[in-house]
Amino acid sequence: METSANTIIFYILGAIIVLSSIMAVAYRGILRATTFLLFVLIGTAGLYFLLDYHFLAAVQLSIYVGGILVLFIFAILLTSRTYKPEPRDKFRVVMAVMTVLTGIAVTVSVLFKHRFLYSSNPTIVEHRETDMKIIGKALTGADKYQYLLAFEVMSILLLVCVIAGILIARKR
Amino acid sequence: MYSFKDITDGIDSILHLFLNDTFATLAELILAGLALIGAYAVLALTLIYAERKICAAFQCRIGPSRTGKWGVFQTVADMIKILFKELIRLDHNDRFLFRVAPFIVIIASMCTFAALPFAKNLHAIDFNMGVFYLIAVSSLGVIGILLAGWSSNSKYTMIGAMRSGAQLISYEISAGLSLLAVVILSGTMKISEIVEQQSEMWFIFRGHVPAIIAFFTYIIAGHAETNRGPFDLPEAESELTAGYHTEYSGIQFGFYYLAEYLNMFIVAAIAAVMFFGGWMPLHVSGWDGFNYIMDCIPSFIWFFGKTFACVFIALWVRWSFPRLRIDQLLNFEWKILMPICLINIILMSLIVVF
Repeated sequence: METSANTIIFYILGAIIVLSSIMAVAYRGILRATTFLLFVLIGTAGLYFLLDYHFLAAVQLSIYVGGILVLFIFAILLTSRTYKPEPRDKFRVVMAVMTVLTGIAVTVSVLFKHRFLYSSNPTIVEHRETDMKIIGKALTGADKYQYLLAFEVMSILLLVCVIAGILIARKR
Repeated sequence: MYSFKDITDGIDSILHLFLNDTFATLAELILAGLALIGAYAVLALTLIYAERKICAAFQCRIGPSRTGKWGVFQTVADMIKILFKELIRLDHNDRFLFRVAPFIVIIASMCTFAALPFAKNLHAIDFNMGVFYLIAVSSLGVIGILLAGWSSNSKYTMIGAMRSGAQLISYEISAGLSLLAVVILSGTMKISEIVEQQSEMWFIFRGHVPAIIAFFTYIIAGHAETNRGPFDLPEAESELTAGYHTEYSGIQFGFYYLAEYLNMFIVAAIAAVMFFGGWMPLHVSGWDGFNYIMDCIPSFIWFFGKTFACVFIALWVRWSFPRLRIDQLLNFEWKILMPICLINIILMSLIVVF
């Protein structure tokens, strides 16, 4: 697509992500905060779509939105009582402000230090979509820059989690 | 075979006459979006009419018959009625989430709708990992249902939402695994390529036994994902009034209703694309005359014909079987359907390898 249209879409997505992240942190009602987190995650998936990174975007949608966020909502619905506001603690406010400032400092310094490929060489923009076969081979190969070991370790970890969950929840 | 490429290319060149590239692309995006929303609305009306007529036939009734010939305008009249209905405001609930929830449900089903190939060259989004995209976005709807159940601040809606959540999350696995069997057979996730590969013969005939098993598991799991048929316990009207959308009224309720019908259509359409070749006509290699006659039927008639055949199966099941209990439902998924799907994938890989 045209570069200027891409820029406009990028700014719209960026605005959605920034505003929703602020709301997600600022709201005290926990389910509302989760809903804004949902918008943040969907916006990030939109950014990946904009970058032609379709596989990552679909992973973002199915794992973070369809999986983890649903888990969050289930956990909240099953556990939380009606919300009672806590009194503001000065120490916590100070700590929160310091954490936010540190985060901003780190991000800004990384942004300025990093040399972006596009800004140094604007000619490299081309329509490029990673083939599913390449991703599949990288995930299940044992060569250099291939991730079979990590993949298998992950699946064993998940299997252990499933068995542990069944063990805890089973009827006696 | 007639192709929609002439029409879409024509619109494209006309837009480029008047606008520069950026605005032409923007105009095309908006046009495609409007066309999809229009198709969504028209299909919903058709499906509701079809359901009422077919349901009536199963129960030995006539069904809608007063408005227009054979009652064809009944659903249009109902649509106008629901647009004018009052939106009831509830006390003591989270207004914002209550308003947002129907939109999440309907946007999730719209996203899936956009990636379907309706006819030859009539395909809005054709991703490299199209099947994965379909599975990913169809998992978004459950969030809207959970939020709706919670924000209505009522026990019925809450129980309905919890049942629906458990059901959707479980049956998603089987639906995904049975589609995966077809992906193994075709070796690609791109929907246009999957359709193209079925030009010789549809996958359900070419894939031997595993493809047939995958078709049945997909139809069962997809049926459960749409909260319909024998799997409609999230809205079991005899126990929960109407489940998670009890407190909704007017067009907000209409959104859930639309999303439910369109999800049924989407499940049927995915089944048609993955197992019956989407818009691809029935070809038998060697029978050139037969193939030529089949090509004369337009591709969108093939697509909608196959899809409505699958919709008819869904309605048939819905009006024939009694509702399951929630523990039977979850046991069926985790102890029967998912193991079958996993074994089926192994079978399919064996067939593809040897």
